[in-house]
Amino acid sequence: MNLGLEVMAGGVRGGASILYAGLGETVSERAGVVNLGIEGSMLCGALGAYAANAASGNPWIGALGGAAAGGALALIHAYFVLDRKSNQLATGLVVLFLALGVTSLFGAAYVDEIITPFEIWKVPLLSSIPWVGEIFFQADPLTYIVYFLVPITWWLLFRSRWGLLVRGAGERTEVLRTYGHRPQLVQYIAVVIGGVLAGIGGAQLSTAYANAWFENMVQGRGFIAVAVVIFAARQPFKVAAGSFLFGCALALSPALQARGVTINQFALNAIPYVATIVVLLLLGKRGASEAPEGLKKVFEMSPSS
Amino acid sequence: MRTRWMTLVVAIATLVTSIGLLTASATAVPAAQPGQGSKAVGFIFVGPKDDFGYNQAAYEGSQAVKKANPKLKILTAENVPEDDTAARVMEGMIDRGAKIIFATSYGHLDAALKVAEAHPDVVVVQQGNFIKGTIPPNAGTFFGTVYEPVYLAGIAAGLSTKSDKLGYVYAFPIPQTIDNINAFELGAQSVNPKVKTYTVNTSSWCDPAAQAEATRSLLGQGVDVVTQHQDCTSTVIKTTEAAGKMTVGYHADASKLAPKGWITGSEWSWGKLYTDIVKTALAGEFTGSQYNANYRVGYKTGNNPFVQSKFGSMVTAADKKQIAAAKAKISTDGSPFAGPVDDQDGKVIFAAGEIPTYAQIEALDVFVKGVVGDIPKS
Repeated sequence: MNLGLEVMAGGVRGGASILYAGLGETVSERAGVVNLGIEGSMLCGALGAYAANAASGNPWIGALGGAAAGGALALIHAYFVLDRKSNQLATGLVVLFLALGVTSLFGAAYVDEIITPFEIWKVPLLSSIPWVGEIFFQADPLTYIVYFLVPITWWLLFRSRWGLLVRGAGERTEVLRTYGHRPQLVQYIAVVIGGVLAGIGGAQLSTAYANAWFENMVQGRGFIAVAVVIFAARQPFKVAAGSFLFGCALALSPALQARGVTINQFALNAIPYVATIVVLLLLGKRGASEAPEGLKKVFEMSPSS
Repeated sequence: MRTRWMTLVVAIATLVTSIGLLTASATAVPAAQPGQGSKAVGFIFVGPKDDFGYNQAAYEGSQAVKKANPKLKILTAENVPEDDTAARVMEGMIDRGAKIIFATSYGHLDAALKVAEAHPDVVVVQQGNFIKGTIPPNAGTFFGTVYEPVYLAGIAAGLSTKSDKLGYVYAFPIPQTIDNINAFELGAQSVNPKVKTYTVNTSSWCDPAAQAEATRSLLGQGVDVVTQHQDCTSTVIKTTEAAGKMTVGYHADASKLAPKGWITGSEWSWGKLYTDIVKTALAGEFTGSQYNANYRVGYKTGNNPFVQSKFGSMVTAADKKQIAAAKAKISTDGSPFAGPVDDQDGKVIFAAGEIPTYAQIEALDVFVKGVVGDIPKS
């Protein structure tokens, strides 16, 4: 298989989980809440999906279980940030550590379980297109779903009334209150949606991509999603591009090695993160000035509105 | 004020002196042999005990010790990282009465040596690494010669492959891994000179996503037999089986995960060795024994705790005979690395007719000819 083809196909497969988490974090950040615990939601989603799948034998029930687990964790984050007014960044990290501990503890029993994974489904007609077909249309169902979620998220955030409320909550919550809406409810829903999407991303990782569960298997993809969301300026289509880019970087190392290309393994492993830093350097400054006002307050560590 | 200050100084001086006297008198008492009469044995594992692999095998070894010593308490700890945390976990077990500790992962050595130094009455044995320099009287390492059954598995792979391309997924280029990959290729080469082994590393002992991607890359290159040196083995095997290709297992018998593609594998059978180490330590005979060293046992020197797994249905009777003959040869006067062996650049490692020792083989730091891949220079 051609190197470029293999890397891009791997980019789609590996980037799908990052894209789910990225879309979730986009919704959450547009509402003015940074959720660094999105990695924890992915972990909970991965274990939840694996366990639900093992118990029911149905991968879709597994995906639902993963979504619920991810959303539940995000609910904890939302409660502490919105009700108790705790620092968003610190709470996110604490929630992540909670998820790490809980999933490691309960996940130990599931390491040797055998599940019914999502199968690769080749889209009829489209998958025979040279290059494009092999890259985009020979994947698992959860990856196909996220293709649709990108434009749906864009439409919801920028063309729907609910999206207006979400973005309003992110910019200035007083405005919403003036018009009689409840900004906190809007923010709660946005954060939980973020967790649900990240949970499905984790489900894709454990029940479609790797077909296995192991503690801490998300390996930082949630944080990469946060970085992607920042340098994509919280625009769903750019988040999709960034996730794809990162997925390709992740797939580059094994693809090169299998062809006998002799590059130091540790240098290859660093490529995805170096790429992220380079893109952040190039695009970061522009992105910061476009951030919702509510988020600017978060990063300046002043009390949220 | 002054009298209170003086009282404090006198009190501290008395405290320090009495502690000094107490400890001095403690060391003056002749200590029992390390491990002697221990009431408990501790085992620390780097991963979960049901990973279908390395840690599962070690756990089963610990249960064999329990069976052989019903009165002994067996303490186990899973998912112990290879850093200072391991030392704390071992100390915790010593607090609970363990005077014999097994540190079962390669990276636990530093922590194990620290604990051995701090507790001269506790036997600390480490699985898989080498103690350089003088070996403390209460410590030791042990391992089997893993590459011998891997060599035999390589022969099976060489006989079964149709594309003449084998795949090896590994974590880090530690000596055991280098020996394994080399032995696998040499075994396959001995029956199929055209065969090549493609290597991909995941930089992790158990990262399922990386393992899946590595396996897919290898399969995409036309590899039709995949094996691995990882702690948790199920992901690579499941991915290979789903693609309809063949599997050679490692660490444990995972044939039920690959009903169609299982060729053979190698697995651990630690029970006998663990039980013997415990027996030696309990009797107070550890210091100066064969285990108070970098103990290695292979086909030539005793019961290799690393054994062949059962064969899959695709291995013919003729193949099995060939493998049995090869095993007999390397158990007596042969070796998987019997010369001539060249490295990837064609330089001679072992000359024709040379039979290298176990020590020479463990010192290898290059891949042999026929292996496709690079070892990063540290």
